[in-house]
Amino acid sequence: MSARNIFTRPARLAAIAPYGWMVLFFLVPFGFVLKLSLSQVANAQPPYLPVFDLGAGWQALIAAVSALSLDNFRLLLSDQLYLLAGLRSLTVAATATVLLLLIGYPIAYAMSRLPRHWQPLAMILVIVPFWTSFLIRVYAWINILQHDGLLNQILLTLHIVSEPVVWLSTDTAMYIGMVYSYLPFMILPLYATLSKLDPALLEAAADLGSSPLQSFWRVTLPLSLPGVGAGALLCFIPLVGEFVIPDLLAGSDSLMIGQTLWLEFFTNRDWPVAAATAVMLLAILLLPLVIYDRFQRRQMVRS
Amino acid sequence: MGPLSEITPQASVDTALPLLRIDTVGKQFGGFTAVDEVSLDIKAGEFFALLGPSGCGKTTLLRMLAGFETPDSGRILLHGEDVAQMPPHQRPVNMMFQSYALFPHLNVRDNIAFGLRRAGMPRAEINARVAELVALVRLEGLEKRRPEQLSGGQRQRVALARAVARRPQLLLLDEPLAALDKKLRDSTQRELLALQRKLGLTFIVVTHDQDEAMTLADRIGVMNAGKLAQVATPRQLYEEPRSRWVAEFVGDVNIIEGQIEAREGGRLRVATQGAGVLTALAPRDLGGATDVCVAIRPEKIRLSQRAPASDSGAATINRLEGTIANVNYLGSASSYTIMLDGGGATLRASLANAARVSADAYAAGQRVTVWFAPDDCIVLDR
Repeated sequence: MSARNIFTRPARLAAIAPYGWMVLFFLVPFGFVLKLSLSQVANAQPPYLPVFDLGAGWQALIAAVSALSLDNFRLLLSDQLYLLAGLRSLTVAATATVLLLLIGYPIAYAMSRLPRHWQPLAMILVIVPFWTSFLIRVYAWINILQHDGLLNQILLTLHIVSEPVVWLSTDTAMYIGMVYSYLPFMILPLYATLSKLDPALLEAAADLGSSPLQSFWRVTLPLSLPGVGAGALLCFIPLVGEFVIPDLLAGSDSLMIGQTLWLEFFTNRDWPVAAATAVMLLAILLLPLVIYDRFQRRQMVRS
Repeated sequence: MGPLSEITPQASVDTALPLLRIDTVGKQFGGFTAVDEVSLDIKAGEFFALLGPSGCGKTTLLRMLAGFETPDSGRILLHGEDVAQMPPHQRPVNMMFQSYALFPHLNVRDNIAFGLRRAGMPRAEINARVAELVALVRLEGLEKRRPEQLSGGQRQRVALARAVARRPQLLLLDEPLAALDKKLRDSTQRELLALQRKLGLTFIVVTHDQDEAMTLADRIGVMNAGKLAQVATPRQLYEEPRSRWVAEFVGDVNIIEGQIEAREGGRLRVATQGAGVLTALAPRDLGGATDVCVAIRPEKIRLSQRAPASDSGAATINRLEGTIANVNYLGSASSYTIMLDGGGATLRASLANAARVSADAYAAGQRVTVWFAPDDCIVLDR
């Protein structure tokens, strides 16, 4: 009786609200994109066919539905450009995620080992770059990495190199931009798990004969895996679809899937192929999400 | 077997040295002295308890033995070797943590085997040792469980098995039973004692619970403000406290302040404020102090409605008149508060409820005669 009373009407509403949000702002727009991806490009306004016109009657609607086809997806699968872009997106995102992990983990670990009263400050320092617009920060990197930019000036002054190095429009520049931009997304979940780690566990490991290095491998690292998973996912998924950083910092000889999407949509005005690319991207990104969800669920069952 | 073999006793060579000698060890945190020049010998096979209120330094002392804190001064000799500066993972000492500190990502088996693997024990030997330990702490069938799938009592046993797995010569236990409920604590106490006897290990347990210390330990070291106030067997600690602080900390006690009036043979006559002149057994080492206090345990005080029947030894028995002010029924015993005549001093007496329906039960407001033997009075420096 009393247990049932928890679900009073406002509470039920609150429970449903997130689903309503998801339907309204995710599923419905996705329905539009999916429909668009099954349409054909047309020199018209809007630039695709068929158009659903509910006022034109039942027959017209059925004709419109039957005009939908998977042609765009066939194109995506047959044209090497898209496959290569997709492959490059995955490898770039994976490489950047590994780099982020290698750089972010030691930082998060050091943060969690700071005296308690210094930790909030370290946290703020990680978040502070967000106070500047993302675009401005990427443009700042263009400045630093260009021919007579700050980086080359420093390298020349220190006589590390004898002539300016080409940084801009290379994959190196792109990775620098990606690691820089996404680092907080890697550090924060890692820090969250590492700072929750009970110091008594490390004492117990040492007590049982583990050297500090062994304690790290046997205790700290395994217990921080949920943070590693969350951080990697938080970086990998947006990185696969990343458009701005490769466009501004990388060379133009190979494209990531986000860039092809942009090209199809704005340069080619081929909305249906762009929509099909978006659907494809989503399908690819669903895979790591499902794997992570499995992993999380297993952890939940345990506790 | 590598490091494990280093743990095997070398003490047999040098029997003059105790297993563990703590030699004027001190530790400060900032300006606060946590452990103040503590010296203590622990014999092999002993069950030793460090007892004290929170903040007395007992845990810091234990952590220095484990290697988690480094002493500022003094030596910690284990088999005659100074280990004070040795990192914890190199010490042949194991600890059972108050929170148990079980590895949440490992199952029972792997938790117990953790220290054995670090010692490089061959797999077959590890399997045999773990099986033996699992049986010892009665966790058969739970080997694959993770810590969060265990009850509090089961976790405690895993922690214990893990701590004794390497057969340490010295096992440190930090409040080992504090997280258990009362019923479980009693049975676990007995198991802990049996285990210690069976394995022949030396245990040092830190506790704030004096019943626990009394039940478990061969000897108890009472700590106060970073110092060892007294090291004694449970009986000595209770019956022969060396200071007023120890008398008051261990068990319940009546303290009556007074001055020494006369010394007659083995007896002292102490003039008190509210309880007249008391006769007490003269202690051996009181020095020249005349301002003293007399300590009497409540259960050593007798009550009667009349004067004691045999009045022949009247001179040597302390007899006072008073009124029952309060009665606390506690089940096996009752605690009485007696307001003494003239002076307003109160005494607490504890009487066993030996019969279910007691004709001798006293009620508040009743006049009583209070009496106790001089031998039960402890004279202590104020």
